[in-house]
Amino acid sequence: MSLKRKDLLGMADLSVEEIQLILQTADSFKEVSGRDIKKVPTLRGKTVVNLFFEPSTRTRTSFELAAKRLSADVINFAASTSSVVKGETLLDTASNIEAMQADFIVLRHPSPGAPGILARSLRASVVNAGDGSHEHPTQALLDLFTLREKKREFKGLCLVIVGDIAHSRVARSNISALVKLGAEVRVAGPPTMMPRHIEELGVRVFFNLDEALKGADVIMMLRLQIERQGIALFPSIREYSRIYGLTPERLRLAERDVLVMHPGPINRGVEISPEVADSGASVILDQVTNGVAIRMAVLYLLSAGR
Amino acid sequence: MPAGSLMEVKKVGRTVMEAQEIARAISRVAHEIIEHNHGIEGVALVGIRTGGVYLANRLAVKLGEIEGASVPVGALDITLYRDDLDARKEQPTLRRTEIPFDITDRKVILVDDVLFTGRTTRAAMDGLIDFGRPSEIQLAVLVDRGHRQLPIKATYVGKNLPTAIGETVEVYLEEMGRPDGVVILTP
Repeated sequence: MSLKRKDLLGMADLSVEEIQLILQTADSFKEVSGRDIKKVPTLRGKTVVNLFFEPSTRTRTSFELAAKRLSADVINFAASTSSVVKGETLLDTASNIEAMQADFIVLRHPSPGAPGILARSLRASVVNAGDGSHEHPTQALLDLFTLREKKREFKGLCLVIVGDIAHSRVARSNISALVKLGAEVRVAGPPTMMPRHIEELGVRVFFNLDEALKGADVIMMLRLQIERQGIALFPSIREYSRIYGLTPERLRLAERDVLVMHPGPINRGVEISPEVADSGASVILDQVTNGVAIRMAVLYLLSAGR
Repeated sequence: MPAGSLMEVKKVGRTVMEAQEIARAISRVAHEIIEHNHGIEGVALVGIRTGGVYLANRLAVKLGEIEGASVPVGALDITLYRDDLDARKEQPTLRRTEIPFDITDRKVILVDDVLFTGRTTRAAMDGLIDFGRPSEIQLAVLVDRGHRQLPIKATYVGKNLPTAIGETVEVYLEEMGRPDGVVILTP
């Protein structure tokens, strides 16, 4: 079986079978990353372009490592964040990259749907590395991989996503995948950060974090986008932290073997207390390790879809 | 022609090895391994997924019976080292490589079910070398069907089987859920 698609744009259009295939393939790549020689010749001669219109260390490094461990050549193309990129500029950039014979374009862009535009106009495979508040599929996949490693089954798992649900592509990608896989998904956050009609995605909405945490097997904290504070979604960081921050006391409301996840970068003492971030329940660094294996799997599987 | 109808073309099967013959071949190869390596010290078996792994396990049992010592067994998935990934419409399913011992300075015997073009063996040697530097790599196969495309020769052969290039050789093993047997399929 293989992914019969050229691009990975989001979790919404992946079937359960495709998700399982990516996770299963990542198992093998995790083994490769554990070797002394962390490199296989699979994508030798292929070119991966990391095209980032937003700042990122983790995701870009992770994609770069994944490509290099598959023996592909990598070019990092960082567009400055200050130049807001309009539609035609993006397509111009795209045709330049096409002219360089790139095989994969990994795109992060502030506009939802930007990877889809590139995917339609290019022969290269496009991987969405985050498009605005829309999707971040490889993050969701690495979260799923980590969950599967620790909890084995998705069915019946009770999972709480906490924070700015409205602006989070991580939340959107995860909700769409986890509901499909049969998990019970709750979302918690202040009303100003809760999109209307989110229940229609099959999740339960909580404005009280303590209520949401009761019986939770997994808590997925989202980063508080402090840079958005000007938009006045909450009165102060301190208040947010008091009402929606994950503390050791709150952690005790969840199941005993609860897992704490965070896509990073974490704001210690804001959405998550240092004690929780560094506790045994935290799998934050496992998520980072697994990210490389997931991205290797995605590049490998897409390389047949062209 | 759609892919579905390709599957429906009936292939004529001719059984060329049965369970007892396979067992004898494994037994003989085990003795040859011991003779060739003056015992089994420093010897390790690495099966090529999937059939080769089952055969490696059977060889290890046999070697243990004869020599009274155990031989480490690993499993190698060669998919990532294939030279035809570009030419395929579908990516082959990846399986895990598990070599739970250090291969450096060991005599590693690669085990495969069928030796054909030699490309799998080439990929396996490349894969193996990423795990260390064996003192020697040997090759044991159940069936050598000829038609090599690379300068590769097996150290131990269960059965030499002359075939036509268009034929398919299938090795069935109990571990896969069907009785042991080697079958030649003619299109």
